[in-house]
Amino acid sequence: MKEHGPGNVGYIAVWAALVVLTAATVAVSYVHLGMMNVVVALLIASVKASLVALFFMHLRRESRLVWGFALTPVFFLVLIIAGTLSDTLFR
Amino acid sequence: MRETMWSGERPLNGNASPRGYLEEKGFWAWAYTLDHKRIGVMYLYTTLFFFLVGGVFALLIRIKLMFPGQHIFTNQTYNVMFTMHGALMIFLFIIPAIPSGLGNFFIPLQIGARDVAFPRLNLMSYWVFVAGIVVILFSLVRPMDTGWTFYTPYSARTSADVTVLSFGIFLIGMSSILTGLNFLVTIHKLRAPGMTWHRMPLFIWSMYATSIIQVLATPVVGITFLLLAMERVLGVGFFDPAKGGDPILFQHFFWFYSHPVVYVMILPAMGIISEVIPVFSRKPIFGYKAIAYSSVAIALFGFFVWGHHMFVTGMSGTAAIIFSLLTYSVAIPTAIKVFNWLATMYRGSITFESPMLYALTFIFLFVVGGLTGMYLGALGADIHVHDTYFIVAHFHYTMVGGTVMGLLAGLHFWFPKMTGRMLGEKMARPAWLLMFIGFNVTFFTQFILGFEGMPRRYAEYPAQYQALNIVSTVGSWVLATGVLIMFANFVRGLFRGAPAPPNPWKALSLDWQTGSPPPTENFREIPTVTDWPYGYAGRQT
Amino acid sequence: MTGHEPHMDPATAREAATLGIWTFLATEVLLFGGLFTAYVIFRIQYPRMFYDDHLKLDRVLGAVNTIVLIGSSLTVALGISAIRKGKVRLLRMYLSFTILLAATFLGIKYLEYTEKFSHGLSPGTDIFFSLYFMLTGLHGIHVLAGMVVLGAVLYLAGKGKYSESYHTPVEISGLYWHFVDLVWIYLFPLLYLVG
Repeated sequence: MKEHGPGNVGYIAVWAALVVLTAATVAVSYVHLGMMNVVVALLIASVKASLVALFFMHLRRESRLVWGFALTPVFFLVLIIAGTLSDTLFR
Repeated sequence: MRETMWSGERPLNGNASPRGYLEEKGFWAWAYTLDHKRIGVMYLYTTLFFFLVGGVFALLIRIKLMFPGQHIFTNQTYNVMFTMHGALMIFLFIIPAIPSGLGNFFIPLQIGARDVAFPRLNLMSYWVFVAGIVVILFSLVRPMDTGWTFYTPYSARTSADVTVLSFGIFLIGMSSILTGLNFLVTIHKLRAPGMTWHRMPLFIWSMYATSIIQVLATPVVGITFLLLAMERVLGVGFFDPAKGGDPILFQHFFWFYSHPVVYVMILPAMGIISEVIPVFSRKPIFGYKAIAYSSVAIALFGFFVWGHHMFVTGMSGTAAIIFSLLTYSVAIPTAIKVFNWLATMYRGSITFESPMLYALTFIFLFVVGGLTGMYLGALGADIHVHDTYFIVAHFHYTMVGGTVMGLLAGLHFWFPKMTGRMLGEKMARPAWLLMFIGFNVTFFTQFILGFEGMPRRYAEYPAQYQALNIVSTVGSWVLATGVLIMFANFVRGLFRGAPAPPNPWKALSLDWQTGSPPPTENFREIPTVTDWPYGYAGRQT
Repeated sequence: MTGHEPHMDPATAREAATLGIWTFLATEVLLFGGLFTAYVIFRIQYPRMFYDDHLKLDRVLGAVNTIVLIGSSLTVALGISAIRKGKVRLLRMYLSFTILLAATFLGIKYLEYTEKFSHGLSPGTDIFFSLYFMLTGLHGIHVLAGMVVLGAVLYLAGKGKYSESYHTPVEISGLYWHFVDLVWIYLFPLLYLVG
């Protein structure tokens, strides 16, 4: 039988966290932090993404193989960005 | 004494009809089939058809190149011809032929499964492929003239119907992705009991590595063609300098896929070689783990080197140096395989049936192609020969001398299994010889032409290059003759070949332990595997 | 169709389906990845354009859409929770909510797009708006596709195809839907908040 996930209460708690984080990221965007705006926004987005992946998408309970399938594309995304930047940044 | 790789003695095909999976006839029995073997056969017919079509374009190109200054057809037509030759050969033949053709047929058989993980997705993959072909055909109203690489800015502005073509290629890519996805899950989840990763045939390892590339690289070419279409239709300007865009960005996206895709082309062929050599040397494969892991290493390293197609574009020197350095890394796992195949043959009992002839040809020609790739990885050398016939010769040695020879080795090896009939060796060997001679005459001369400065994709050239061009064209006729005789032999085998026993080559992998042709359900009962498939009686290494 | 008996036991079939959908999601990461790459390249090249243009996007509407999509992820998760206990009617209710929220998302995007067009802003205007329309457009197509898939699941649920012991298509559709939410979680700040 399938293991039981976070349960309805858990899902609602995650949802609430996501809403709060959304409000936070919008609020921070009105504050001028220069370069840090990008960093903070991406950080908050990554926390939200992790919550969705770990709890809504059940990654927390999945095998290492599934983790491998989930994380590998991120590595290649970094690769294509880095490789292209190695050209455009240093022309 | 021959060892079996599974527990038990009885043959695995049971009382299946002699026609096996071919029993049920009729259009819908094929069009609606969920049988991976039938889907594989349909892919083979389709891809081999485009091999012939692409070949016709090649012959026409070579005829034009014999007569510079003569009006055989217009320069615009010439541009269309080399574009069609490249695009059809690459997208409709060489990428799908082994994976979707032989891979579909033999992956479940070699791992002891009844089918792939998602049979309906498999069928859908084939029809999406056909849909892509139809869309590409529609684009021929204004035929492509950009070269198969579709570089911007020309591809964004040409009156050729690149927009429709882009959607066609997108569909072809989707088909490739779905096949790769299916194979990944199949190999992870459907191996017979007892078949650990290190008891899998090396063809499976190579198909696993190939599927990783298909899944991760193809989406990038998908978005690339989508963006090209949007550039033409919506005025999106990512690749347009006038709008602040960068045409080199197109090349980064394009080659991020198109370099790894050459490993999609070669890895399955290498997998076939790893199957054929032990059988026809009657010896266990040397360095199983080295070959297995090097397949995955090639797949991985192949993603790091795409910039080496762009050395002369004006990309940054920093990037050029990094990509050049990384390019050398790919040679290492590749060379490891070659050494292992040679070591397998050393002191083996070698026989030269047609599968082995093609396998040996693969090794020789691919090494030439691969070594010339090393010249190209060096910045200085590449700047001299980029966009010349040296490049053309390099990739024909690897793609034809490599992948096509591997495919032909596989087709000759597995013909009895797929069709239930034997191929005649009497016609197979002259065909092979003509192809070998024709291929080398055609393409070795092109190394020389390129080094001497003849550019590629030019319909006209200075008189000093004509002699070698004539030689190359004559070579293409010899090659074509060999190809035709080989196809004639296939047809003859299909209709008049002697009935094939289940295991004519006395091979050990599971695909040979069931009937020729296999029953629809592949095996009467799924075997429990107890050993690797390379336990030939030759001296253990 | 030629007969093809199921060749996997239920547990293996579920694991295979999970691996399959994660593989598909991997391809989607790379598909959107090309656009994200373009974003990074051009953001570095044109910081001024990105700053000026992003102010023309409606931050509030974008935030509302984010809440809408996050809500739809919740409803789909609750739906799966329901079918795990065999509660088909509850599943159908949550699926309906999810589709409704998805439609709301698209409705708001439609409002945004028409407002942009009326101001003469289109995909061809400049690099920033090319990125805006391409990214949100591709994402919108995925939302639409998700609605179709969830609609099919809703329909089949009504036909009694899913139960406590078998509801794999619901799970994998849910995973796809969460991914669509995931992409937006990054799109929203990158386009609306950090010019």
